Amino acid sequence: MRKSSTFLLFMAFCILVLATFSLHAHFSSAGGMNNRRYRAQLVQELGLTDLCLFTEARYTRHLSMADNHSAFQDHPVSLEHFPSGALTMPRQFR
Amino acid sequence: MTTPFNRHKNILEFALSSLLRRKAKNLSLLGLYSLIVFILASLIFFVHALKQEAAFILRNAPEMVVQRQLAGRHDLIPLDYLTKIRAIRGVESVTPRFWGYYYDPVFRANYTIMVPDEKPLAPGETIIGCGVARVQRIAAGDIVTFRSHTNVPILLNVREILSPESELVASDLILMSRQDFQEMFNLPRGQATDLSVTVTNPDELTTVAIKIAELFPGARPILRSEMLSTYDSLFDWRGGMITMILLSAILSFVIFACDKSSGLSAEERKEIGILKSIGWNTPDILLLKFWEGIAISLSAFMVGSILAYLHVFLFSAPFFASALKGWSVLYPEFRLVPAINAYQLAILFFLSVFPYTAATILPSWLAATVEPDAAMRS
Amino acid sequence: MIRLSSVTKTYNSGKPNQFTAVDNISTEIKAKGMTVFKGPSGSGKTTLLSLIGCMIRPSSGRISLHGIPTTFSPGSGTNDAFDVTSLPETFLTEIRRTTFGFIFQQFNLIRGISVLENILLPTYPTGENHASSRKRGVELLEMFDMGRHAASKVDVLSGGEMQRVAITRALINNPLIIVADEPTAHLDSRLSLDFMKIAAELKAAGKTILIASHDPLVYDSEIADTVIEMRDGRIIGSGQGS
Repeated sequence: MRKSSTFLLFMAFCILVLATFSLHAHFSSAGGMNNRRYRAQLVQELGLTDLCLFTEARYTRHLSMADNHSAFQDHPVSLEHFPSGALTMPRQFR
Repeated sequence: MTTPFNRHKNILEFALSSLLRRKAKNLSLLGLYSLIVFILASLIFFVHALKQEAAFILRNAPEMVVQRQLAGRHDLIPLDYLTKIRAIRGVESVTPRFWGYYYDPVFRANYTIMVPDEKPLAPGETIIGCGVARVQRIAAGDIVTFRSHTNVPILLNVREILSPESELVASDLILMSRQDFQEMFNLPRGQATDLSVTVTNPDELTTVAIKIAELFPGARPILRSEMLSTYDSLFDWRGGMITMILLSAILSFVIFACDKSSGLSAEERKEIGILKSIGWNTPDILLLKFWEGIAISLSAFMVGSILAYLHVFLFSAPFFASALKGWSVLYPEFRLVPAINAYQLAILFFLSVFPYTAATILPSWLAATVEPDAAMRS
Repeated sequence: MIRLSSVTKTYNSGKPNQFTAVDNISTEIKAKGMTVFKGPSGSGKTTLLSLIGCMIRPSSGRISLHGIPTTFSPGSGTNDAFDVTSLPETFLTEIRRTTFGFIFQQFNLIRGISVLENILLPTYPTGENHASSRKRGVELLEMFDMGRHAASKVDVLSGGEMQRVAITRALINNPLIIVADEPTAHLDSRLSLDFMKIAAELKAAGKTILIASHDPLVYDSEIADTVIEMRDGRIIGSGQGS
């Protein structure tokens, strides 16, 4: 088979895979919705305000409850103290 | 029969032959390029899915949470505030929230301790999140020990472990009764961590928040929309590690493009002269360079994006785990619901394909306009 | 017939390094024969071949094809002149592809790709179906006893073999006119004789052969129908071949 035919077939295959992923994303979101609804219900029952992503420190655990001062309560340079501080920011207050 | 499709295919054939002549260099380039696209696409998928998750589940978060600040620090809130806030027109209910953090020195993990309002627990029993159970290696029916404010151990019976589907919101959660919470933290009487407020008309939320802030200058109302917007700016491009990844990626693309656009070698110029002399014209040469650029950049985009999707949604982004975990001991295990942000993916496509292809074509433009008889004289 | 009327080619016109490579040449080149342009280096032979082969345009004068069918003129059986001098670039390229086949002094093969792919390169931009051009290429290679080298890289070929590949490439689009610039410059006498044998076969097949050479083995060959002598961009003599 010619190199160009192989390349074009490979591209067609990749496009097909990406299209399949799009369909997968679309349809599996329907299946994942049940789990999401369960989590949403839990949020409502317990009155939760944040995702549990970063448990390093309290101002990274509850981002929406924290502000820029919260970090300094733990340590004078706490904003750079934890790695997740480089990924997230507390809520921006008005 | 001559067709435009055949012309493109023939020229693509020669473009691939040209690339394969420098196999090691071009395969390395393809590999690196794919890696850059993989990292960026993984970030796009991960962040988008997480934000979609947050947007859906946190729409059930409390409408408003009222905190109290003292000397710039988050302080406990007096329960006296309840009556006054309840009296504000538009307020439907005010509920005190009792929650806090507990540091486990044995496992060096941070937990969130909470007193549930709806389905309260009996003293001596607890419901824990999967992450806590994992860290402490306990199961339902086991006894878990905490230290109270007097350093006396508190023994709680694990009534239930929250299901794995709850990890993303409750992995580190420990639910207990009001009495056990009081025993643990010895909160001053008549105080709570903060207050949860609901209003009759959601459109008046901001007005009520302003009234609360005016009534209690030290109070800080946090609206649900603000909680949601916190996660909108999660992993924001302007912040820390993400900026570094993005800058590295852009720099890589620039380096690739600069390398291609730094000019043709003498051998490449000679080849173009030969092609012109055997009947190729300027558009044919440019088409050749176009296909050379597309072959590398489009392949890198496809491979990188496909691997990124599998990385994030099939394997739950293990390469990001160490960065996300940071110094946490307790890290939730979750699989995100697949979601594709087509807009950002399109930006990645344009960023990865167009500059490189343009950088491949442009230096050849001048050489492609050489007179065909140059090869006769070489 | 190819007619040149007062053809001049000047490089770097108006600049201090202005140079006239071909100076007011008028001549007629018969079709279906072999014409050899002889002369020392710098006499304008290569430039003249480039002009005839539609690779470059003359600074002044006209070049016309008579009775030679091209993509844009019926040619055959008529004496109508087809002026190629003022054609747009696209049409000129088309004529160059289909009417002329070029054999270069340095062969100008692309290293790192196979013999067959080198031969097929002139067919790629035409959009021709690959299966048919490939079949034709293989047949031509067999004709020149190079069939077994179809998949070999040109890097491993000898000088004579590269010469044959260059000739095959020139023939792939079945051109009527073969233009060869110093084809024996890098060959020994045995291989040079082989080349002349091939040229004779092509002439017998009805091709018009134009060769620029300062090799006596070429311009003194009995296969040459016309020998045109050039010096300093002008024709100083023209006669029948020996």
